[in-house]
Amino acid sequence: MPEINLVQAVNLALARAMAEDGAVLVLGEDVAAEGGVFRATDGLLQRFGPDRVLDTPLAENAIAGLSVGLAAQGFRPVAEIQFTGFIYPAIDQLVNHASRLRNRTRGRLTCPMVVRSPAGGGIRAIEHHSESPEAMFAHIPGLRVVIPSSPARAYGLLLAAIRDPDPVVFLEQTRLYRASREEIDDDGAALPLDRCFVLREGTDITLVTWGAMTRETLGAADTLAAEGVSAEVIDVATLKPLDADSLLESVAKTGRCVIIHEAPLTGGFGAEIAARIAERGLVSLLAPIERVAGWDTVMPLPRLEQHYLPSETRILEAARRVLAYQ
Amino acid sequence: MPSAEKIVELPLLAEAVPEADAAVVARFEIRYSRFLDPKGNALRPLPDFAAARAELVALYRGMVLARAFDAKAVALQRTGRLGTFPSALGQEAVAVGIAAAMREEDVFLPAFREHGAQLWRGVSLVELFLFWGGDERGSDFAGPREDFPICVPVGTHAPHAVGVALAFKLRREKRVAVCAFGDGATSKGDVAEALNIAGVWRLPLVFVINNNHWAISVPLAQQTAAKTLAQKAVAAGIEGEQVDGNDIIAVREAVGRAVAKARAGGGPTLIEALTYRLSDHTTADDARRYRSDADVSPHWAEDPITRLRNYLVGRGIWAKADEEALLSEAAAAVDKAVETYLATPPQGAGTIFDFTYQTLPKDLAGQRRAALATERE
Repeated sequence: MPEINLVQAVNLALARAMAEDGAVLVLGEDVAAEGGVFRATDGLLQRFGPDRVLDTPLAENAIAGLSVGLAAQGFRPVAEIQFTGFIYPAIDQLVNHASRLRNRTRGRLTCPMVVRSPAGGGIRAIEHHSESPEAMFAHIPGLRVVIPSSPARAYGLLLAAIRDPDPVVFLEQTRLYRASREEIDDDGAALPLDRCFVLREGTDITLVTWGAMTRETLGAADTLAAEGVSAEVIDVATLKPLDADSLLESVAKTGRCVIIHEAPLTGGFGAEIAARIAERGLVSLLAPIERVAGWDTVMPLPRLEQHYLPSETRILEAARRVLAYQ
Repeated sequence: MPSAEKIVELPLLAEAVPEADAAVVARFEIRYSRFLDPKGNALRPLPDFAAARAELVALYRGMVLARAFDAKAVALQRTGRLGTFPSALGQEAVAVGIAAAMREEDVFLPAFREHGAQLWRGVSLVELFLFWGGDERGSDFAGPREDFPICVPVGTHAPHAVGVALAFKLRREKRVAVCAFGDGATSKGDVAEALNIAGVWRLPLVFVINNNHWAISVPLAQQTAAKTLAQKAVAAGIEGEQVDGNDIIAVREAVGRAVAKARAGGGPTLIEALTYRLSDHTTADDARRYRSDADVSPHWAEDPITRLRNYLVGRGIWAKADEEALLSEAAAAVDKAVETYLATPPQGAGTIFDFTYQTLPKDLAGQRRAALATERE
């Protein structure tokens, strides 16, 4: 079994899904001959042909909108939006149509589509190429919002997303695309949606995160372990619908919680998680919840991005404050 | 200075083609068609389909039924028994003409002023009343199962039509998607993007602009500087044409040609149907704030229903008795549908949740229980 990175895992899942179901199409800007700007769709045109791998004109709103039409006709489009900085024109289609077609027609027409998009900072990309808009999507009823944090989870969760009967926004972290390699058995086995993954078990504090921030968070957990603190690290993975029960179970065990995300603090998805814990887990809390997030600023250009992205140091500082609270 | 020399050398094309005799690289023209004048006189030989009395009478019935529904919907809204409703008064020929040119297996994607087309295609009066009465079941059409529901966010369904037509093309089906939207929608990127992609992929897709000259209060002249809306097709590399949208023969003929071309693999078409919104934008609108009765009244002389009736009467295939029978038949059908609509109990609160996802997520189950508890109180 070869070791592959996250972008190769995405490619492997796309190929597997296309091979097993003729209704699966891949479409977007530069996905065919180019194989995608990150090579996520590399080789698919050669293998599946131009009827299944389609380069679209440069129009993000229409990419999402025509995917709605294809999905209503029984296809399973997997649309790529080249960077999440360009996904905003497509939000109209996701809010007004993809997420509610099933409801507005009482199930007559449905929208089994996936919108994949590279997200997040940390690769010194140019302006508008480092966005973390997951909370915007998580606010939309009817959507699923999924963010894989490793090659294996990218493979299993993307297969699940493509097979899911409802629309999924699948945000791939550019910083993770080539960050690590894992052995993946291309067996077509999906991982469950709507479920958190416990990346590391612990008893003293719960560190909740998703996507690329799992790296710094796991690093912080290692440092804490060396100090004799047992930190549990949870990868939320599916932000919407949220697996609140798993989070509450963990906090019931540890009594302390820090939420870490790259997106801006205010209205970030960490706020939702903190609210859920406050509503249903308050009595088990031994300390106030802390959030470590991007600042409420525009994502800076690359020369300043290290000052924006939550660091292991910031996570440790927050964790130590929460642990020290009496 | 060497750099200045370089700048002088740059406009190579301008040197190759001196401005005085610049070559014309593209030309276009937009054709306008009409068969019946506003009084119902045939201006030229009618298309073949108009030879059959049954076909003409069907078109007439479709328009009369649409207007009967429309008038009843407005009346129900005025008496608090229907939600805000956009009347299509005076625009019946566009909707019915579109639908009459389609085949059952084609897919229609309406905006929100095409009830005449929906009724023709088998959406029931009850379903239309339910939708405008605020009930999602009104979009669960028993008839045309693949037709799209009414689209309220202007023009946002145009990309859906691209997807539907692409599905037909990929499956090599001889089917056509037909998408209708208003003049206001042509100012939106959705429509520009859809036209463009339909052209690139040569899709079996017909766009019809239901140009009633008003986008709520904004008249066409403030919507675009273009002489016609049909010419928006030109930039997308597809054919565009204009028809008298109050002449149902012209609408039926133009859409019929476009649909046949699309079905034969000839690609998309944009048809601009010129009509006029005789009503307020919706029942929540008061059009006298932005246009006078004097602006509107001349357009009554172009009424599509009177026009076709005059033609039918002139040809001796429609008499007073036919008219009376049709009007009472339409009124009875509408009244019966109203009765069913008003007697339809609302859905249970649980249904708010039941169609959000195929399977109710655990995270929503608690909210559903809370809603049901409130419902019981």
